[in-house]
Amino acid sequence: MNGPFDFTLALADDALIAAQRLAEWTTRAPEMEEDIALANIALDQLGAARLLLSYAGELEGAGRDEDALAYLRDDREFRNALLVELPNDDFAVTMAKLFFLAAYQLPLYTALAGCADERLAAIGAKARKESTYHLDHGALWVKRLGDGTEESHRRMQAAVDQVWPYTHELFAADPAAPVDPATVRPAFDEVVGPVLAEATLTQPDSAWAPAGGRAGVHTEHLAYLLAEMQVLHRAHPGAKW
Amino acid sequence: MYGNDFSAPDGATDEAPGGLLGEVEAAEAELRAAAARGRRGGPAPDEDLAAYFAEVVDAEQKIEPRDWMPDAYRRTLIRQIAQHAHSEIIGMQPEGNWISRAPSLKRKAILLAKVQDEAGHGLYLYAAAETLGISRDELVQLLLEGRQKYSSIFNYPTLSWADMGAIGWLVDGAAIVNQVPLCRCSYGPYARAMIRVCKEESFHQRQGYEILHTLAHGTPAQQAMAQDAVDRWWYPSLAMFGPPDGDSTHSAQSMAWKIKRFSNDDLRQRFVDMCVQQAEILGLRIPDADLRWNDERQAYDYTQPDYDELMQVISGNGPCNRERMAHRRAAHADGTWVREAAAAYAAKRAGQKETVAA
Repeated sequence: MNGPFDFTLALADDALIAAQRLAEWTTRAPEMEEDIALANIALDQLGAARLLLSYAGELEGAGRDEDALAYLRDDREFRNALLVELPNDDFAVTMAKLFFLAAYQLPLYTALAGCADERLAAIGAKARKESTYHLDHGALWVKRLGDGTEESHRRMQAAVDQVWPYTHELFAADPAAPVDPATVRPAFDEVVGPVLAEATLTQPDSAWAPAGGRAGVHTEHLAYLLAEMQVLHRAHPGAKW
Repeated sequence: MYGNDFSAPDGATDEAPGGLLGEVEAAEAELRAAAARGRRGGPAPDEDLAAYFAEVVDAEQKIEPRDWMPDAYRRTLIRQIAQHAHSEIIGMQPEGNWISRAPSLKRKAILLAKVQDEAGHGLYLYAAAETLGISRDELVQLLLEGRQKYSSIFNYPTLSWADMGAIGWLVDGAAIVNQVPLCRCSYGPYARAMIRVCKEESFHQRQGYEILHTLAHGTPAQQAMAQDAVDRWWYPSLAMFGPPDGDSTHSAQSMAWKIKRFSNDDLRQRFVDMCVQQAEILGLRIPDADLRWNDERQAYDYTQPDYDELMQVISGNGPCNRERMAHRRAAHADGTWVREAAAAYAAKRAGQKETVAA
């Protein structure tokens, strides 16, 4: 990555695509309380995405606002990590994604809150508080499902195995960025290890580390997500909503 | 004594949501005043419980969960509150349909928050029903088995983004007109729930109105989209007030019990009168060639909705009845293993605590 624009856009896209996926659970969650909780987290991610996209647009200086960046870029221009674009699959996969994402976002936003860029620092300070809740929520479900029934244990382990390889991309080194993601890996490991252990789950030992999202090379899933998200906005060029 | 925005056309502007909110606040003040007056003490040991109940209701005091109440009053309330709760839950689906495609990030956030509010209303209403001695699980089961209803309006499809506006303006608007009097319902927990629900609903209605306003002042394609949505949602919204007074089976008794305060037709008239000028400000046409001001009645004459269609939708043959129920059943069934895991985990935790305590 290169400079604060790319970095800000990557964070923004992580949050935006995570929000879009989480919002897909609305009316489908296993409990009504969970429907509300997932919508809350989606709203937090969407809120962070909007702040970050707006700032990215300012850094770029080409007159693109949050909607231009969200709705008028193609998949090759998105900079989110692959983790967030993966389909929701079952509730265990969604919770694995949420837990790992929050365990990355919390230390990242915390570090961001102390960085030299005042705008990013303010966004980090706000988002950090929300990430604390996301992490609690994700960790609680990982434990409940891991140490719940035989069926839920089987599903949660499968979910962790499926999602784990995608976590490595989150920590790709970027020494020039306001916060180098590589520096938050220890904080991630410190949180994730004990939760998986308490959940009676095995931390995968896979060398496979798919990546490419930060360079705009995504999975096949992202283009479908964007096609749905952008269809109405693009059907009415220039319209106000 | 209350904001009277809907009875006269000149008051029925886009201020109306605020006026409805005024009614809600008045009901809240009334609730506090009634509590401050205090009810007379409980019934004497040899007093007729039915007479005592009637006296409390007549004095505009609230019946509370531990009070004696007629079985039919309890049954009526359970049915009505449960239907209301089910409506909130099923009602998330038509709007949930557009969250992923909302045309701006701001609209996406507002819509997501709105659908989330509806889930919250559902939970709040289930809790109110539970004060009458039935569990949420039982009520959810009754919904899933098709033995309790939800509002028929949610069996219509949301075909365009403008439907988010029309639902907010017309469906939420009709719901508020229906619900504001329920803030003064004789059953305390329901009245209190409705005060909270109505405050949020009036915010929702304003949002819907604003969506339509933006579309109606947008491109020709957006204007057409807005008009099409109003054309499709107008009559189903009128039908939300239920059958005409002559055919309504529950009305008279509910009025006597002060569960209901106005007849279906009275509320429908209020709604029509409220909408006419709002539609003018929006620049959208209400699809009724016979809509005109009647000086004698001081109200608008209007075409009644198709009650045969309403009966068809109620009996399960609306455009989306099957889909809505299938969606809810699938969500419930798909979540079974998750709920079982949460229960098993909680039981293990409780066991561990006991072991530690011992």
